[in-house]
Amino acid sequence: MTMTDDPATHLDSAGHMGRPRLRREDPALLTGEAQFIDDMSLHGEIWVGIVRSTEAHATILGVDGSAALEIDGVTEVLSGADLAPLWGEGALPCAWPVTDDMRNPAHLPVATSVAKYVGDAVAVVLATSRYAAADGAAAVSVDYDPLPAVVDIEAAVADGAPLVHEDLGTNESYTWPLIPNPEAVDEAFANAAHVVSERFVQQRLIPAPMEPRGVVAAPGVASGELTLYSATQIPHILKVMTAVTLGIPEHKIRVVAPSVGGGFGCKLNVYAEEILCSALAMDRGVPVRWTESRSEAATATIQGRGQVQHIELAADDNGKVQAVRVKLLADMGAYLQLVTPGVPLLGGFLYHGCYDIAHYSFECTSVFTNKTPTDAYRGAGRPEATYAVERAMDSLAVAVGVTPEEIRSRNFIAADAFPYESCAGLIFDSGDYQTVLDKAVEMAGLDGVRATQAQRRADGSNRQIGVGFSSYVEMCGLAPSRVLASLNYGAGGWEAATVRVLPTAKVQVITGSTPHGQGHETSWSMIVADKLGIDPDDVEVLHSDTAISPTGLDTYGSRSLSVGGTAVFMATDKVLDKARLIAAHQLEANEDDLEYVDGAFQVKGTPTAAVPFAAIAFAAFTAHDLPDGMEPNLEAHVTYDPPNFTFPNGTHIAVVEVDTDTGDVDIVDYVAVDDCGNQVNPMIVEGQVHGGVLQGAAQALYEDAVYTEDGQIVTVNLGDYLVPSAAEAPAYRVASHVTPSPTNPMGVKGIGEAGTIAATPAVINAVVDALRPMGITDVAMPASPQTVWRAINEAQGGAS
Amino acid sequence: MESITLAVNGTERNLEVEPRTLLVHALRDDLRLTGTNIGCDSSSCGACTVLINGQSAKSCTMFAVQADGADITTIEGVADSDGTMHPMQQAFHEHHALQCGYCTPGMVMAAISLVEEYPDLDDQGVRHGLEGNLCRCTGYQNIVNAVLAVAGSGSKGSES
Amino acid sequence: MIPASFDYEVAESAEHAVALLAEHGDEAKLLAGGHSLIPMMRFRLATPTVLVDVGRLDDLRYINADNGTISIGALTRHSELEHSELLARSCPMMASVAALVGDPAVRHRGTLGGTLAHSDPASDLPAAVLALGGTIVARGPSGDREIAATDFFTGYFESALADDEMIVEVRVPASDAGWNYQKFNRRAQDWAIVGVAVADAGAGVSLVNMGSTPLRASAVEAAVASGASAADAAALAAEGLQPPSDLNADADYRRHLARVFTQRALNAAGVA
Repeated sequence: MTMTDDPATHLDSAGHMGRPRLRREDPALLTGEAQFIDDMSLHGEIWVGIVRSTEAHATILGVDGSAALEIDGVTEVLSGADLAPLWGEGALPCAWPVTDDMRNPAHLPVATSVAKYVGDAVAVVLATSRYAAADGAAAVSVDYDPLPAVVDIEAAVADGAPLVHEDLGTNESYTWPLIPNPEAVDEAFANAAHVVSERFVQQRLIPAPMEPRGVVAAPGVASGELTLYSATQIPHILKVMTAVTLGIPEHKIRVVAPSVGGGFGCKLNVYAEEILCSALAMDRGVPVRWTESRSEAATATIQGRGQVQHIELAADDNGKVQAVRVKLLADMGAYLQLVTPGVPLLGGFLYHGCYDIAHYSFECTSVFTNKTPTDAYRGAGRPEATYAVERAMDSLAVAVGVTPEEIRSRNFIAADAFPYESCAGLIFDSGDYQTVLDKAVEMAGLDGVRATQAQRRADGSNRQIGVGFSSYVEMCGLAPSRVLASLNYGAGGWEAATVRVLPTAKVQVITGSTPHGQGHETSWSMIVADKLGIDPDDVEVLHSDTAISPTGLDTYGSRSLSVGGTAVFMATDKVLDKARLIAAHQLEANEDDLEYVDGAFQVKGTPTAAVPFAAIAFAAFTAHDLPDGMEPNLEAHVTYDPPNFTFPNGTHIAVVEVDTDTGDVDIVDYVAVDDCGNQVNPMIVEGQVHGGVLQGAAQALYEDAVYTEDGQIVTVNLGDYLVPSAAEAPAYRVASHVTPSPTNPMGVKGIGEAGTIAATPAVINAVVDALRPMGITDVAMPASPQTVWRAINEAQGGAS
Repeated sequence: MESITLAVNGTERNLEVEPRTLLVHALRDDLRLTGTNIGCDSSSCGACTVLINGQSAKSCTMFAVQADGADITTIEGVADSDGTMHPMQQAFHEHHALQCGYCTPGMVMAAISLVEEYPDLDDQGVRHGLEGNLCRCTGYQNIVNAVLAVAGSGSKGSES
Repeated sequence: MIPASFDYEVAESAEHAVALLAEHGDEAKLLAGGHSLIPMMRFRLATPTVLVDVGRLDDLRYINADNGTISIGALTRHSELEHSELLARSCPMMASVAALVGDPAVRHRGTLGGTLAHSDPASDLPAAVLALGGTIVARGPSGDREIAATDFFTGYFESALADDEMIVEVRVPASDAGWNYQKFNRRAQDWAIVGVAVADAGAGVSLVNMGSTPLRASAVEAAVASGASAADAAALAAEGLQPPSDLNADADYRRHLARVFTQRALNAAGVA
């Protein structure tokens, strides 16, 4: 059962916004009509098979393609050296040099001399079919001379560690501090009544959208044009980066993202295969394609998380936190991908959580290892920050002797403190954290759960109950361009929209956001339809093709609605402004005397004198009788650069049952109360929360990209990498609390990452709560049955 | 090469395939029925689920030659010819049981088979019945609700 | 991931299959439901050059009862075991264990003969047949022979079947009292980390994924026979075993789980 604080009441909406609306995207997806990348087939296409390093670190002595070339359908075998002329100096791009002295090794699409992680491309097979490409890749023999590999990030910074990049002389990429007032932090710790000090490990995660990646690059031989189809979240950024990397004039490149089967950040990148297929297509003059297999994705697609966190809290007698101090080691993997170095920074402003803490110290050291590069994965930096502070707050509650909810209440930023300037320098937009927590506590029936917990403890039951809290705030709506500039990010954070009224009053919306499951077409049509007083089904939403939507910065960082949707909202306003001028002209009235009611302009209070929107649309098209000097047609373009981030927040409560005989953890209840500001389509909001929560809970209990000491990845397929199914997933009880964001005109904040950010610490706090009477204060992630059982066994003095 | 005949969505199709051709590739690449998706290579995800003689099967874990002579139903074959969606498709739509939609064809086919096979499904029955179909977007709750709605409605709309 | 090429032969009968195996030698493999073999072929962990498809031998799909013995054709699918009213009445553990194999789509294709021949120590149904004291009927060039389940599993993915033999039938005694199967895994679709099958109120106890083969827990059976409590008997579950270590469980934890689930299975089977 869903309890929702009716979001409709918070939006000035007489129509569709704020109410659930079924998705227009669904029928094509439900019937198989939607076209994903691997569904394409182009005449004359050739297939790429990629030979990937089986060594974590090795000199490539030679590539022998002779056996592969014997195979029917295999046309060429190319080593990295063979391919190097195709891209020359053009290495894969990193768009976020977070410090001026950041070390960024050249990263070629196919390695030429040294393979630096298992999965690093070392040779390429061209073939006439999917099967021949697979056969060819399997038949290529590569001669390696293994080098020492560094896998663990703490080992990577130790003296004498093997170097991932010998020429850099170190495994450190950069150190990024955010310490506004170091003395004040030291003083707060010196004077603290309670100091909490914790070390947490964020295991690496494999993003695993259900659709693996894929690329089809189609050249225009005569025109010199390239059409690049890719399962990407970022067609616009990919276009710029392909131009820069390969030297193809940008106006000759069109990038199309077809239906994309989920991304979660891992399709927010510029990948070797995109550059490789593009370069080969332009060179050979034929379409070149590649489809990733799931096993390939384990190493060829970026991974998420991968951090070791040290967090300390200094609190007074009452448990009021005065300062937070964080030292972070972040795993970059072997190379820096598009935004790899920036991911820890996205969390680096949020280690004080949703608490009013005066003093802040954060320092991140980022480290190369012989593993697949990391990059953005749902939440990107913010789940890690939230995990650390929310786990530490529970430790503080124990130290102070109060409940987890009480320690949070004592520290929350007060509802009347907004806009609130945080100790890390951000301005939080709006929120009422205490009310949100109270609502979650009520929904969870906390008193009853605690009574059951007490009974089980008294009985010595082998089914112990734990309750875990997670109160979070995230910075979303990436991002104000000037703030990005201050962080050395290589682009802006605006978003573009065009609203074009067709002669028959149907509407085309062109958005620079790039949906891959979020339902933008439905939501954007609701925004426009509401403002224009028309049916959402009369609004078409176009996207994800740079020939149709040439301007945009794509979809990531919970930015689509608060930035892209705002651009749509504002462009619709501009259309209405022009329509008002036309209506005033036709009514021979002063435009200020007009009001727009039910899809028509009328003189205020005089419904008989009205011009319907359709008439204005047609008049704008015929241009027979427009105000002097007005351009024909009704169309507006807006590029919106947000003045600030948005700050969604919430409290989640997980209730778990731990089988103390086996260590098995079952989530028996899960309550989420989120404040994502105003909601356009609450049905979609709730769906985002559900999926986000499961991804966060999966980090807590199931998922782990496991490497051996010599850098071999063990969890290469979905049999070993445990993406949970319906049988493991909990039921979610979801509610909202709405404090509109003052940052944008719709008052929206974003919800795409909230569930993932909140769920991981909620679940682990619950597991630890269940076991705390045994003296257990921490359980490593994922809290697998074996890990939990071992913690119990050790706490009870058993052999490990 | 082997000559095989598949009755796909009610139409006999003759194919020449290598023995190693996976059924999913025969459907997608040879017959251009691309609604059936591929999400893994270890029979774990169920994105490729189709009906073979009315029962769900993972078409990535069958050679096309094994299906010679079989009736195969893919996602393209479950809606009415006038475009009216199958009750399971409609329920997925109405319960917001899909987001990116990549797992959806396989999930729908698995669900159609499930409600046929198990008459008295409850929440846990649906969850375990769909344990071989992974979805990364929805967290499953709306999928479970959609399947329960069909299971409880009596309109299982079997494909026959 | 794409399997390597192979030649394909369709067997018209069990005898034909055996003849084809004899003709092609140890490079040939039988293909039944394919749910063990095809995933291995996709990763090219198995590269047979000839596959003999026995999946069309519908005369080997049956479940019959006669004089207290249930005979199951080798090509009987897991879902047919799961839904068999005969098994529900006469040998409910076989139906119940079948319902826990993989997921429904796997159960529609996977066969009892195939899963036994594959001899995966982590597989559910071999443990059930073992606990029940079943018999496997193998057909070879010189006819049929019966192999006791206790003699069938000889090593890691190895059985007593000769290269030119195929399983045609599995026999288990009718047994409807004092049974239980415990399967422990992290995801419902996965192989058991540890499983325990108890038949006949503890007279037959077998373990899943506790060694290189499915195993009879003889010490537990002996303890139950001598009147030990479930707890005392279960304490012997891992005695002398060398279970595997993998991502989900190391050997010590597996031994512990074997004890826990043996006790739970014995309790559920009515052993106090």
